[in-house]
Amino acid sequence: MDSKFNITVRNCDLYYGDAHALKNVNIDVEESEVTALIGPSGCGKSTFLRMLNRMNDLVEDCRITGEIKIGEQNIYDKGTDVALLRKNVGMVFQKPNPFPMSVYDNIAFAPRTFGVWRRSKLDNIVESSLRQAGLWDEAKDRLRKNAMGLSGGQQQRLCIARALAADPKILLMDEPTSALDPISTGIIEDLINELKANYTIVIVTHNMQQATRISDKTAVFLLGEIIEFGKTESVFTNPKDKRTENYITGRFG
Amino acid sequence: MKTNAHKRQVLKYVVCKLIAQAALFVSLVALVIVMVFVLLRGVPHINMQFLFGEYSIRAPSIKPALMGTLYLIVISLVVAAPIGIGSAIFLAEYTNSKSRLVRLIRIAVETLAGIPSIVYGIFGYLVFVVALGFGYSFIGGGLTLAIMILPVIVRSTEESLLAVPRSLREGSFALGSSKVRTIFSVVLPCAANGIVTSLILAVGRVVSESAVLILTIGMVVDIVPKNFTSAGTSLALAVYGFSQRYPEQAAATGAVLLVLVVAINILATLLGKVFGKGELVDG
Ligand SMILES: Nc1ncnc2c1ncn2[C@@H]1O[C@H](COP(=O)(O)OP(=O)(O)O)[C@@H](O)[C@H]1O
Ligand SMILES: [Mg+2]
Repeated sequence: MDSKFNITVRNCDLYYGDAHALKNVNIDVEESEVTALIGPSGCGKSTFLRMLNRMNDLVEDCRITGEIKIGEQNIYDKGTDVALLRKNVGMVFQKPNPFPMSVYDNIAFAPRTFGVWRRSKLDNIVESSLRQAGLWDEAKDRLRKNAMGLSGGQQQRLCIARALAADPKILLMDEPTSALDPISTGIIEDLINELKANYTIVIVTHNMQQATRISDKTAVFLLGEIIEFGKTESVFTNPKDKRTENYITGRFG
Repeated sequence: MKTNAHKRQVLKYVVCKLIAQAALFVSLVALVIVMVFVLLRGVPHINMQFLFGEYSIRAPSIKPALMGTLYLIVISLVVAAPIGIGSAIFLAEYTNSKSRLVRLIRIAVETLAGIPSIVYGIFGYLVFVVALGFGYSFIGGGLTLAIMILPVIVRSTEESLLAVPRSLREGSFALGSSKVRTIFSVVLPCAANGIVTSLILAVGRVVSESAVLILTIGMVVDIVPKNFTSAGTSLALAVYGFSQRYPEQAAATGAVLLVLVVAINILATLLGKVFGKGELVDG
């Protein structure tokens, strides 16, 4: 993968068996921007996100056509190194999913996968990742304790730190705060605002206020299509599509 | 009318409950009677000489049987654990559970688990003792037991693997892990408690098995086995072996066996609890 990490999606269709889950999707995600994906449930937001790090490869009868590029590279080319792709494109899930091992081992997981075994180097990565995720002060005295003992909000920040430890360029987040209380949600929103200086972030959210608080661009999904995409401000204040207006004023979904 | 129907239902419920309680009571009483009887008859005859002393005609000991049981546990686990866990990994992680072949394998495993042990015994006798010429030996008995516990290990290991939440596998893949790394670093550690529990239960079956051994290891009660190719006895078999000439020692051996099996089951249950807790702490 080369040094640019903008995402270009052209004429993309995705099928689960016979179900047409994404229909002719086109989008440009710029580097160092936060792009929010909104839309009613079941309209394909997660599917779209999981297409960008090829997590859909795990779904047996999933078929994709069209072009998805990160920088200059088509990520669905035959020669693509999927492990490297996923290292560069980190993912945070809806429900925090720390591994039932120590905090330290969680963070060190990806570096170890990619051949970092020196203790001093791992120590550095663990500390800097936890600091970036705003968890260092809470976790530094319990690095050797099981991560399952953390609170839900801490677990989610641990998962963010775990993704950052792989040194990604792009961060995909699928409703990362929907399982959390308002305080933890606020902490993570602040975190996203800090992280966007260094990472390209694509985030699915159910919460439209959240989209306006954290994102630069917003894409509105409906029944597998992107019906509107543009600057967050204009999408919310001056939608071009009538259906966007209906959605954001709460008339469906 | 309505109250009558209601009354009848309440009556039915009460009667059913009473019957169920009576049944439970009878089975508990039976269990307690067996345990108390065996312990009362056996425990007074247990002493150091009986457990670990040299065997003599005057004072028979179970040292040969203890060693034999140990041999059988080692042989059957060394053979069945890697094969069983490996097969379970293959079934759970590398096959499509809907495919016809996998369904067939699963039915075969279920069936193997249900075969009476004497059938395994005659198989072991014909194959290991006779055809392969091992004669009566621990190796033949241990291999037969390995085949017998294999389906148990495969089935419960597979269950433990499938119980590992998908979100953890996805978390691992999303960090760029290969399938092998995901299995060995995430899935297996998460399933470890369940797998160990199943191995312990398999040991329980090995310890309490007798039919297989009558046909495969001979019944040499008086000599501590020299190596895996010796003939010999096990605790369960010794109960039978002693029963004619040494009824007291038979009861004592039964008591030892009983305590051992109960201990194994308690250990497995405790481990299962630890495992269950780990699952509940899912954020
Ligand atoms: N693994 C899958 N197999 C088959 N269909 C799926 C799968 N994942 C999602 N879908 C279907 O694709 C559509 C979009 O789902 P999803 O992307 O999860 O929506 P969203 O995240 O917007 O709620 C839904 O109709 C869903 O049922
Ligand atoms: Mg979703």
